[in-house]
Amino acid sequence: MEHHAIDIQALRRGSLKPEQGTPPTSLAVNQLNLFYNDSQALYDINLEIPRQRVTAFIGPSGCGKSSLLRCINRMNDLVDGCRVQGELLLEGEDIYHPRVDVASLRRRVGMVFQKPNPFPKSIYENVAYGLRIQGINKKRVLDEVVEKSLRAAALWDEVKDRLHESALGMSGGQQQRLVIARTIAVEPEVLLLDEPASALDPISTLKIEELIYELKSRYTIVIVTHNMQQAARVSDMTAFMYMGKLVEVDTTDNLFTNPAKKQTEDYITGRYG
Amino acid sequence: MAPQSDIHARGHAGPLAWFRSGEPMIWLNAAAVSVCVVAVLGLILLLAVRGFGHFWPRNVMAATSSYQGQQKALLGEVVEQVQVSGEQLSEAGITLQGPGPFYGRSLVKQGNRDYLGNDFVWVLNEQMSVPAWPEDVMVVERLEWGNFYGVLQSVSAGGETLADASEPQQLWQAFQGLIADTLVVRRQIQQIERGDIGAINHRMERLRLRERSLQLDGELDASAQAQLAAERAELDAEYRMLQGQLQGLYQSIGDASYSARLADGRVVELPIAKVVRAFQPNAMGLWQKCAMYLEKLWEFLSDEPREANTEGGIFPAMFGTVMMVLLMSIMVTPFGVVAAVYLREYARQGFVTRTIRVAVNNLAGVPSIVYGVFGLGFFVYFVGGELDQLFFPEALPSPTFGTPGLMWASLTLALLTLPVVIVATEEGLARIPKSIREGSLALGATRAETLWRVVLPMASPAMMTGLILAVARAAGEVAPLMLVGVVKLAPSLPVDGNYPFLHLDQKFMHLGFHIYDVGFQSPNVEAARPLVYATALLLVILIALLNLAAVYLRNHLRERYKSLEN
Repeated sequence: MEHHAIDIQALRRGSLKPEQGTPPTSLAVNQLNLFYNDSQALYDINLEIPRQRVTAFIGPSGCGKSSLLRCINRMNDLVDGCRVQGELLLEGEDIYHPRVDVASLRRRVGMVFQKPNPFPKSIYENVAYGLRIQGINKKRVLDEVVEKSLRAAALWDEVKDRLHESALGMSGGQQQRLVIARTIAVEPEVLLLDEPASALDPISTLKIEELIYELKSRYTIVIVTHNMQQAARVSDMTAFMYMGKLVEVDTTDNLFTNPAKKQTEDYITGRYG
Repeated sequence: MAPQSDIHARGHAGPLAWFRSGEPMIWLNAAAVSVCVVAVLGLILLLAVRGFGHFWPRNVMAATSSYQGQQKALLGEVVEQVQVSGEQLSEAGITLQGPGPFYGRSLVKQGNRDYLGNDFVWVLNEQMSVPAWPEDVMVVERLEWGNFYGVLQSVSAGGETLADASEPQQLWQAFQGLIADTLVVRRQIQQIERGDIGAINHRMERLRLRERSLQLDGELDASAQAQLAAERAELDAEYRMLQGQLQGLYQSIGDASYSARLADGRVVELPIAKVVRAFQPNAMGLWQKCAMYLEKLWEFLSDEPREANTEGGIFPAMFGTVMMVLLMSIMVTPFGVVAAVYLREYARQGFVTRTIRVAVNNLAGVPSIVYGVFGLGFFVYFVGGELDQLFFPEALPSPTFGTPGLMWASLTLALLTLPVVIVATEEGLARIPKSIREGSLALGATRAETLWRVVLPMASPAMMTGLILAVARAAGEVAPLMLVGVVKLAPSLPVDGNYPFLHLDQKFMHLGFHIYDVGFQSPNVEAARPLVYATALLLVILIALLNLAAVYLRNHLRERYKSLEN
């Protein structure tokens, strides 16, 4: 809720430097309502997501956390009969403004999905895809970006000798890291992760979590997860959602140790969900 | 205790339990598959034996048939043996000597249609003397009148006899030498007639059309006329020169001839210029026969038809079939893919889209002749007629595109196979996981970019499947083609060295129609029958090859774009 609370928490852990002087809010959600045809999926969501922090959405299945995530890069536009009311501000601009170009918005807000979804192309072409879309075809530029992105996704050492082999020959965990590399290759401001580790084995999951920890120094990360330990491990802020409503949002430490709401406490102690 | 006894009860089971185990179903399925495989293999074997057996140089039999005191000498190949009931023969008024209820009857190919009238005769075996196989009998394949069977007596050229029967070895060599020489000259003649004179005629025609179009535009003034006349004079001079060359070549082979004795003792003299090849099958060894067989088979595959399609090869028909299928593929694939993309990706999935989809599926069931009628009425007469008015007014009243031709045939078949491609592509598009599209969109690609860079490549194997089905259907289709462009004998191939090289307005030959024509429209049924089988087999092989090529391509694509299985 109060920004200074986050800052204090962060300062305590020594990860936020207040002298950076940038406004700490990257994304602001104001009175957001989401409808699928006649049924409402999200009710009056108000939320501020800090820049260069990891924010986790937790909650039981069907609580609307993925729907909220998909609002942030307008992925819901693809769903027939989907309607959004309210405001969603990215760096102060309403992304649902009619003049917003959805493609360039999505370039600023990258997304990684639950199941790894590499394209049936080579590893190199997967990472270069976003740049090629933007019309960048110079080999030198592409080579550089591919290497940088794969390094950032902690994948370079594993694949540098087979960049031109099919991405479908990689393991699930590698594929997911490739998808992350592909996403950060276009240098987004925000990374949306929709249960990125739910289809992976524990070791791959660990690698993804380490990667998230690495990446948060450069990107604003929003992660949806089923796994509360994961939320506790990787996130700075946690939002608990239930039945389409935002129940509680706080720093992760506070939310898990000292939840303000009964519902939150019930959920994190495993009483339902 | 209880479950164990259950297992035992299943162990020694009666027929009912065997039935319940599902075993009979497996056997039934296996039997059905076996029947299919046997039927297909049997069909191909029948076609192969009946068709490709025809090219084997069979031995020539010499015998006499005697009936009611009349003797007749026979010389020819035994093509077929059948058993006929005596009753049937008696009813036909034939007096029989033999005892049996059945009598053997042989179909003898005696050739010599110019002297004997029929080149095939049926002879009852009991009326035939014991056959002899004289080594000096020769078979001559000719450009006209079918095969000749007889014994070579002498060869002459330029009015003097080069060799005669006193030295058979030398005589045969001289004969073969002359045939080889003639063949070379005939090739030259063909080259000039087809190539050079064909090109001159083509240029003449274009000149005439230019004159006519100038006339229509009212620009045919004196200078233009003079220029046209000059060009025409140039062409005329070229033509006259070639004509002179041709005359010389014709003369050089015109005077060579051979004389041969027929079975009835007559000696006849025939021109060597009309000989394709001559051989003495009874004197040939197995290897020689094999070589001859391959030579004849190659002729069948690579040559043009002669004698109302009952002799020679079928190359133009093969070429026409492949050409048409390729053009059809080029036309149908983009259309079908674009339509499928719209239906699947862009159109709102509602009542109208569903109706369109049902309509498209039903189009696949419309009888092909209906497409032929549509093609003739719409493409040929309407579109073609309009095109002629707009772009080829100088050729009118003779039509350019307003007449059946290669383009309209391909277009009609493209229409016929369009539903197949649409349905297959749509299925392919539907199978692509949503997550892949979302992955692309999430990187800032627009829907069009996603479609072009990710979705379509991944759907390409499905498009190929559609194309395979389309090719399989189109290559075997005959009925609509008879209305929109196929002819029994096309004067030239649709691709040649004259501008614009690919002649879409020309009529063409097609294997399927060739089978129909040879089988049902041929004046010489017996001679044509083996060719029907051979052509049918070739059509099957051709379709199989076209399909295999497409299947290979599809598997290649599938390997490349296989979607995520997990």
